[in-house]
Amino acid sequence: MSAPNLKELPGFPGNEEGPVFSEPWEAQAFALTVAMHEKGLFEWADWAQTLGAVIAADKSGRSYYELWLEALETLITENSVLGTEEVSARKTAWREAVQRTPHGQPIVLAGSSGQQ
Amino acid sequence: MSTSKSSEHSHSHSHWSDMELRVKTLESLLVEKGYVDPKALDVIVETYETKVGPRNGAMVVAKAWSDPDYLERLRQDTTAAIAELGFIGRQGEHMRIVENQPGVHNMVVCTLCSCYPWSVLGLPPVWYKSAPYRSRAVSEPRAVLSEFGLELGEDTKIAVWDSTAEMRYLVIPQRPVDTDNWDETRLAELVTRDSMIGTGLPLSASEISA
Repeated sequence: MSAPNLKELPGFPGNEEGPVFSEPWEAQAFALTVAMHEKGLFEWADWAQTLGAVIAADKSGRSYYELWLEALETLITENSVLGTEEVSARKTAWREAVQRTPHGQPIVLAGSSGQQ
Repeated sequence: MSTSKSSEHSHSHSHWSDMELRVKTLESLLVEKGYVDPKALDVIVETYETKVGPRNGAMVVAKAWSDPDYLERLRQDTTAAIAELGFIGRQGEHMRIVENQPGVHNMVVCTLCSCYPWSVLGLPPVWYKSAPYRSRAVSEPRAVLSEFGLELGEDTKIAVWDSTAEMRYLVIPQRPVDTDNWDETRLAELVTRDSMIGTGLPLSASEISA
């Protein structure tokens, strides 16, 4: 298994020890990307190119990992790993699940087997 | 067994940011379709979190161990004392320390909400957010700690603190023996993330002086 070369990524926020995250979701987005690459769903060079294009097109000064997430969504739908409609439907389902879940309870999707 | 628990959840429902929603959306779909193994995700996060954990909390603990005035300020106003070191949480994040003592061990739980003080402790471990950890930490903390390899004598009381959106806890573990002349930087190396959640103890002096 080839470890992804983080230095290929434009503007990658990290130090000599590795990436630096400022919030947990950033680490989750990072891990998803690395896991998909390890699974052979895309070449690391393609990822670097997609991310670079999103960063270059950004005019609103969003954070690095906001752009990272957008690039990941772009690559996933462009490569037809997931469809845009199912992504949008799932996001709505999660939003509703969060809203109906009292603070302190595990958040689960309606109809999911993990529902309590 | 004595278990105290504070649980005042004043928020009516949970909250995720748009970013958290989008990441969770991709993750759940990719896992369902078998493109991504959740265990592989855990491994990747754990691999990196050991490197990226800000270690801010370790500095707080090390200073509490070596500076009695600082410890007193932590007791009076934890959030402000942590901010003294330049570590600022998100708005409205109030912290409180709970101190381990001979015969008293503290541990902290929370659930899927953003109740983890990651600006101080770095990224939460994957198991910390699991429903079984939360429910069992409250109902049978001694067994849970035992599974983490932490065997406490029956004479040690375990206090379980339920972290909320309004109040997060930082465990100040007991200072390891044989560290009398250590400076704060060296002491901080002994402070593990798990020891600040209460699911572990700090390293012993011999574990890092080798």
